[in-house]
Amino acid sequence: MKTDTIAAIATAVSTSGIGIIRISGEDAIRTASRVYRAKNPQKNLMAVKSHTLHYGFIYDGDELIDEVMVAVMRSPNTYTKEDTVEIDCHGGILVMNQILNVLLKNGCRLAEPGEFTKRAFLNGRIDLSKAEAVMDIIHSKNEFALKASMKQLRGGVSDKVRSLRDRILSEIAYIEAALDDPEHISLEDYPASLEEKIFQMKNELKQMLDNADQGKLLKEGLQTVIVGKPNAGKSSLLNVLVGEDRAIVTSVAGTTRDVLEESIKLHGIGLNIIDTAGIRETEDEVEKIGVDKARSYAEMADLILYVVDSSRPLDEDDASVLEIITDKKVIVLLNKTDLAQVVSEEEIQQRLPAASIIRTSMKDNTGIDLFEDTIKTMFFGGEIAINDELYITNQRHKEALAEAYESMEMVLQSLAQKLPEDFYSIDLMSAYASLGRILGEEVGEALVNEIFSKFCMGK
Amino acid sequence: MSGIREQVDVCVVGAGHAGCEAALACARMGLETVIFTVSVDSIALMPCNPNIGGSSKGHLVRELDALGGEMGKVIDQTFIQSKMLNVSKGPAVHSLRAQADKAEYSRAMRKVLENQAHLTIKQAEVVELLSVHTEASDTITSYRITGVKTYTGAIYESKAVILCTGTYLKARCLCGEAITHTGPNGLQAANELTDSLKALGIEMCRFKTGTPARMDKRSIDFSKMEEQFGDERVIPFSFSTDEESVQIDQVSCWLTYTNEKTHDIIRANLDRSPIYAGVIEGTGPRYCPSIEDKVVKFADKERHQVFIEPEGRHTNEMYVGGMSSSLPEDVQLAMYRTVPGLEHCKIVKNAYAIEYDCIKPDQLYPTLEFKRISGLFSAGQFNGSSGYEEAAAQGLIAGINAGCYIKGCEQIVLDRSQAYIGVLIDDLVTKENFEPYRMMTSRAEYRLLLRQDNADLRLRRIGYQVGLVTEEQYQYVCEKEQLIAKEMDRLRQVKVGANKEIQMFLNQKNSSSLKTAASLAELISRPELSYERIAEIDTDRPCLPKDVIEQININLKYDGYIKRQLKQVEQFQKIENKKIAPGLDYNEIKNLRLEARQKLQKFKPVSVGQASRISGVTPADISVLLVYMESHK
Repeated sequence: MKTDTIAAIATAVSTSGIGIIRISGEDAIRTASRVYRAKNPQKNLMAVKSHTLHYGFIYDGDELIDEVMVAVMRSPNTYTKEDTVEIDCHGGILVMNQILNVLLKNGCRLAEPGEFTKRAFLNGRIDLSKAEAVMDIIHSKNEFALKASMKQLRGGVSDKVRSLRDRILSEIAYIEAALDDPEHISLEDYPASLEEKIFQMKNELKQMLDNADQGKLLKEGLQTVIVGKPNAGKSSLLNVLVGEDRAIVTSVAGTTRDVLEESIKLHGIGLNIIDTAGIRETEDEVEKIGVDKARSYAEMADLILYVVDSSRPLDEDDASVLEIITDKKVIVLLNKTDLAQVVSEEEIQQRLPAASIIRTSMKDNTGIDLFEDTIKTMFFGGEIAINDELYITNQRHKEALAEAYESMEMVLQSLAQKLPEDFYSIDLMSAYASLGRILGEEVGEALVNEIFSKFCMGK
Repeated sequence: MSGIREQVDVCVVGAGHAGCEAALACARMGLETVIFTVSVDSIALMPCNPNIGGSSKGHLVRELDALGGEMGKVIDQTFIQSKMLNVSKGPAVHSLRAQADKAEYSRAMRKVLENQAHLTIKQAEVVELLSVHTEASDTITSYRITGVKTYTGAIYESKAVILCTGTYLKARCLCGEAITHTGPNGLQAANELTDSLKALGIEMCRFKTGTPARMDKRSIDFSKMEEQFGDERVIPFSFSTDEESVQIDQVSCWLTYTNEKTHDIIRANLDRSPIYAGVIEGTGPRYCPSIEDKVVKFADKERHQVFIEPEGRHTNEMYVGGMSSSLPEDVQLAMYRTVPGLEHCKIVKNAYAIEYDCIKPDQLYPTLEFKRISGLFSAGQFNGSSGYEEAAAQGLIAGINAGCYIKGCEQIVLDRSQAYIGVLIDDLVTKENFEPYRMMTSRAEYRLLLRQDNADLRLRRIGYQVGLVTEEQYQYVCEKEQLIAKEMDRLRQVKVGANKEIQMFLNQKNSSSLKTAASLAELISRPELSYERIAEIDTDRPCLPKDVIEQININLKYDGYIKRQLKQVEQFQKIENKKIAPGLDYNEIKNLRLEARQKLQKFKPVSVGQASRISGVTPADISVLLVYMESHK
């Protein structure tokens, strides 16, 4: 079966070490050769032997992006059994991002979550007995991406996308209604008014794309989630880090009923801090929603800050917290050192052997420096990294915006060529579908509904 | 009771537009076929609007014709006005619509049925389906159809049954407070069959539709209306109709408008409308709202268009398009009489709404066979669609597939990239449908390829393979295809230089001059030029038929868009061609999300493509499904 060529960052997105970008599919080598330049200008990746490594540079047009090693592997002896190229670059987020973008510009499609594994399986590379595991990977990675996709949009961005989408739909509905019922609805003078609207929408998309490049579109940085049982001092921690009274802090357990978020920079590291409701068994409906959210945020966190009230013994609620975070990167803050201590470091270490443990008092502001240093060490030491699924979601949003922008260009072209109106709606529909991917919404019956609700048609 | 007992191959229940096509297809495939109708005088009846075709419906008729159906041929013989709609727009949305002489249309179709070998017409109400159990478990019972029983107790044993009951099942007509238990036009309803269907586990639902009044032509003042003419040069529906035979004297339609007075009367009497009074249970279509609906839902519109259309050459009845209603008779008369030209109108037939039983079509395979009852097929309004053309198209496919089922050959499914018929049936059986389904061009994602002008190129071969298209007709299309390909090749290869003669020619045609040599194909693709318009500088061209030239023009002018859609189709077909084994138990696939598992179990899609279109099934679910299928090969 002929397949398109996919690309994605194959290593965790961190600031350290080496990053690998993987390309797989029929045009993998061709696409890589378009952006790769060797020292020797005669060298052509298309002509090199399979399973060889090549030193060189990646260019975006004439702009040098990075010094790389490129591994060229031809079908069938590769992970996916397709032609595969792996680009080893310097691991920075920025660089990996740029290289991936150049590849996407040159004809690759961003891989779906789990797609390399899926291809490996479908091409017979992975043993049939592993099917269950493969399905697990696809399922969980997609569930995650789905959840991440909306959470990651900055406030206002989803409103903006939704509004653009509505405006596009209303234009399509107008054109389509006129095509379906030409005797009731006329398209006279419509192209001129459409052109103006398309210009406007195209500009808005352009601005969003620029914002996306500057990282303003999405909450980038380490997804850092604060967890702990009620009244352990989670909100106080957020306040200390952010430096203002953002979370309501009272000594009544269960004050933060929902989830609070703040983005900060700590020694140059972007942190997107999420303060969750305390995790405890609760009957209160509102609080229950908050607790469920806390769980789902904890699941997709890059780093967990577990705040323990060390003046009270660990109880069932701590047990529920521990259950959620055992497989995660965790920093444990034994808080309230200003009070008599009953929880020991050994007790925590036993349950979370890999966690860093720091004694703090939010009240007296002690232990905070040590805590910040620990984050710094972990990040630059490569111990914690930005979740690549989240990162991929970023890319996907950007790709969708770029596609919508291109579709708008196509509409303007068709308008300039004075093509008939039914051609405009073809590209408007593509733009509508592209933007829908950002919101996780399908095309479905929306158009037909819009037509019938806005236009009076029929016999 | 000792009744008649007969043995045939196929029973078709209902002789409307679906039933006629279904029965003709079966009989023409050589199968002994009986078509049942409650009244032979209602064969191919047009109980609502007097048109065939229209936007996207015209496409259906063309496709039906290419496959060997009858509707296009009959309307070509019996139309009284014809128009190609949307000619100022792209070729994909050009659509033929003809005004029919209703009585002539019915008569002509009846004659075709009467003269068809292997086909018997029987006036009788079918009250029961006969079947045998084939499988029974806790969750599922399957049957095989064995025939039908009529009201008189006669039994017709058959290998297949096609249900085309239209709006007759438990039909109820409403005109204000006056409610009758009849089918359209006061015809006898079919009240017993529903129970037999339910006994077989078929899920039923209730839909509603409506029709406007018919008026006496002599009571209408046409001087207050705008006259609407047909096209000067008429294009036939059927690919086998001689174009000269349709250049006839046409009849006019008339345009007038409602006004605030009309709307006031309607608003003042809404409480007497069965819909607004809550008497109607069925769900009506949003695309042909009653005038009450229009006034309520589009309250800021000052007027609505009203088309006065003749019902035939030999009748004074005029159809009042745009004003269907279920208001009481006295309100109807008052309301119609506010419309300019209708001040003194006399109503021949009142407007009414009709409710009827139909099925949820997700119980059908895309072949239109019931998933749990082998040999039982269905088509038309019974499947929750609306419109003569939608019905006829399904009828033909159900007929062909019943034929294939009996003969043991592979049944046909047109996919969404092949035909509007494919889109229609796929939508019906895959999507959840809450109102009578009407075809629309916006439902066809590859509409640039599914044009009414190339239906023959798309579908003749399939019609030929099932035996409904003659050798001669098929050969004609094969030759046409070759002529197009050969001429396109030539036009792409022949270059004209940027010489003085060419520049002068271009200048004269208001086309920009050439900088370097260009192919003839490039010139044709310019908006201001065409194949015909460059004849002067292309002296060596062959003499080609008009329909070939039309294809060349379209292919060259919209080349970019057409190529893009072809590419999309290639992607689409990849998963469309991945078939799913019929017995697949989705509950076994633990990694599917619960919602997806339930939906897939319910719809039992035949291909991965169909699965992907079920609402609530995500791309990730499809990936999981693919992996599962691979590991259980």
